[in-house]
Amino acid sequence: MTAVPTSFYLVLSALIFVIGAVGVLVRRNALIIFMCVELMMNAVNLTLIALADRFGRLDGQIFVFMVMAVAAAEVAVGLAIVMALVHHRDTTNVDEINLLKG
Amino acid sequence: MTLPTLDLVVLLPQLIVLTAALLVLVVDGLSGARSWLLAGISLVALLAAGAAAIWLSLQPGEPRRLQAMAVADGFALLFDVVIVVAAVLGVLLAYQSIPRISQQVGSYYALLLLAVVGMMTMGAALDLIVVFLALEILSLALYILAGFNRSEPRSAEASLKYFLLGAFASAFFLYGAALVYGATASLNLEAIAAALAGGSRSPAMLYLGIALLIVGFGFKVALVPFHMWTPDVYPGAPTPVTAFMSAATKAAAFAAFLRLFLTALPTAQPTWSWALAVLAAVTMTLGNVAALRQRELKRMLAYSSIAHAGYAAVGLVAGTAQGAGAVLFYLLAYAFMNVGAFGVVAALERAGEYDVARGRLAGLSERQPALAAAMAIFMFSLTGIPPFAGFFGKLYVFGAAVAAGWGWLVVIGVINSVISAYYYLQVTVEMYFAAPAAEAPAAAAAGKKGRAVAKAAAPSPAPEEGKAAPAPLSRATAAAVLAAALGTVLIGVLPALLTGWIAQAVQGIF
Repeated sequence: MTAVPTSFYLVLSALIFVIGAVGVLVRRNALIIFMCVELMMNAVNLTLIALADRFGRLDGQIFVFMVMAVAAAEVAVGLAIVMALVHHRDTTNVDEINLLKG
Repeated sequence: MTLPTLDLVVLLPQLIVLTAALLVLVVDGLSGARSWLLAGISLVALLAAGAAAIWLSLQPGEPRRLQAMAVADGFALLFDVVIVVAAVLGVLLAYQSIPRISQQVGSYYALLLLAVVGMMTMGAALDLIVVFLALEILSLALYILAGFNRSEPRSAEASLKYFLLGAFASAFFLYGAALVYGATASLNLEAIAAALAGGSRSPAMLYLGIALLIVGFGFKVALVPFHMWTPDVYPGAPTPVTAFMSAATKAAAFAAFLRLFLTALPTAQPTWSWALAVLAAVTMTLGNVAALRQRELKRMLAYSSIAHAGYAAVGLVAGTAQGAGAVLFYLLAYAFMNVGAFGVVAALERAGEYDVARGRLAGLSERQPALAAAMAIFMFSLTGIPPFAGFFGKLYVFGAAVAAGWGWLVVIGVINSVISAYYYLQVTVEMYFAAPAAEAPAAAAAGKKGRAVAKAAAPSPAPEEGKAAPAPLSRATAAAVLAAALGTVLIGVLPALLTGWIAQAVQGIF
């Protein structure tokens, strides 16, 4: 069985990262935007695992565990923030969330 | 099997603050909302952490390390002091206004302390994993703090915007870290530098990684074009939170920014210093020009803080020890003057109000001369007029940039300082020379109402709250503004007290 070259993983994760980034920019629902950010983070996780395997080192994989823990914490905080906003505005569309005009 | 020895003393300041954060939560649960006790615990812990940082920095010999993960060198410990300054002032400002907007005073102090733990760790981190964790610890706490005013839709909105854009930027930072890992096979900053010393094997990956790291940090310190969140989040968040995060987040992010780029990536300096120079020039210009148009104080200070991120970035562009020390000095000065300016805004703010219109300053010098004088000091200092702290901050930053051959950038910086003088000095002019607008009677009436609330919160108002003073000014707020003004003047008059210490401290990151 031949192993999949590392570069394949890197290209795949770069694609996933770009899909996530484009999603953040074009989608208007706060929850979907947040899911796109999670997609970007998981793309990075794939990069880290592939590189750690290529280098034969563990630190990249440890990083992935840390990223997962942080992503879980982000979900907890993020959903609470969205809930707090829905209390006021009853919407998750970021175009309608416009009291502050940057 | 032998366990590795962990020199936890390295993290002593962080551990003190972390313990206090947990203690605040427990005490909050036990005794109900006894505001002074919670604020007291926070203050004592922050001061103890600051003392611990100074004690650690006075230890002779090599800086102590926690494995290869964190280090207690002079650089990290001085940034700890900057963060403690901002946090102490933030706690004092919160004492009056947070009970007005929320029942959960305990969680406010706990979250603030947790953010401080993350911020202190940013400066001490020697490993990309630790930098990322610290960045997230401080960010998650600040996302919640920005939305702390549950009854105010704008606060919730600020929190959501900060969160979405912050998480987006974290993902960029993370990808940048992963690509640098790919180019160097290491996450440790010193090992990255060693791997790059002989030339990179995959320069494309390395430079893309560096670019993404700049995006991630650029967001945290609010460099244009990654600043979009600032003018929304700063006015939307409760004023004490804005005051704290404007200074402390900048300090923490610049600490990690400096250490990462100067320790791990010095070989790529010709590339990233150009990218940063362009960003700094755009940031200074856009921040100042946008601030000119603002009619509300918090928004004006938000744009001004963008401009100040640009000034500080000039020191990083220089990329020398002189430049790093200048950034440290600048951020310390900025902590005093900017938190002080937000403190004056907090003192003027009325319950339920979203931002303070600049017209409200008219005639402040007669109503509250002490407050007006303090605001004038902060404005002069932010402009960079001697003999205040901001002047020496700018002098050192620009001096370091000139010494490193970035003359054109300094020219842009000086032109920007002149532009900024317009809006900073206009604030002073309005306080001292403008007649109170027609709004004044209404303001007095509203002020009386607010005063009654403040009396309930703080039984002994400060002496500044004189006969003609309509706005409430609690003793804690007055103390914060006074301390910030004293710090601004003291650093401005005696900068030499710090420069030697700083110059020695920054040697450790090279």
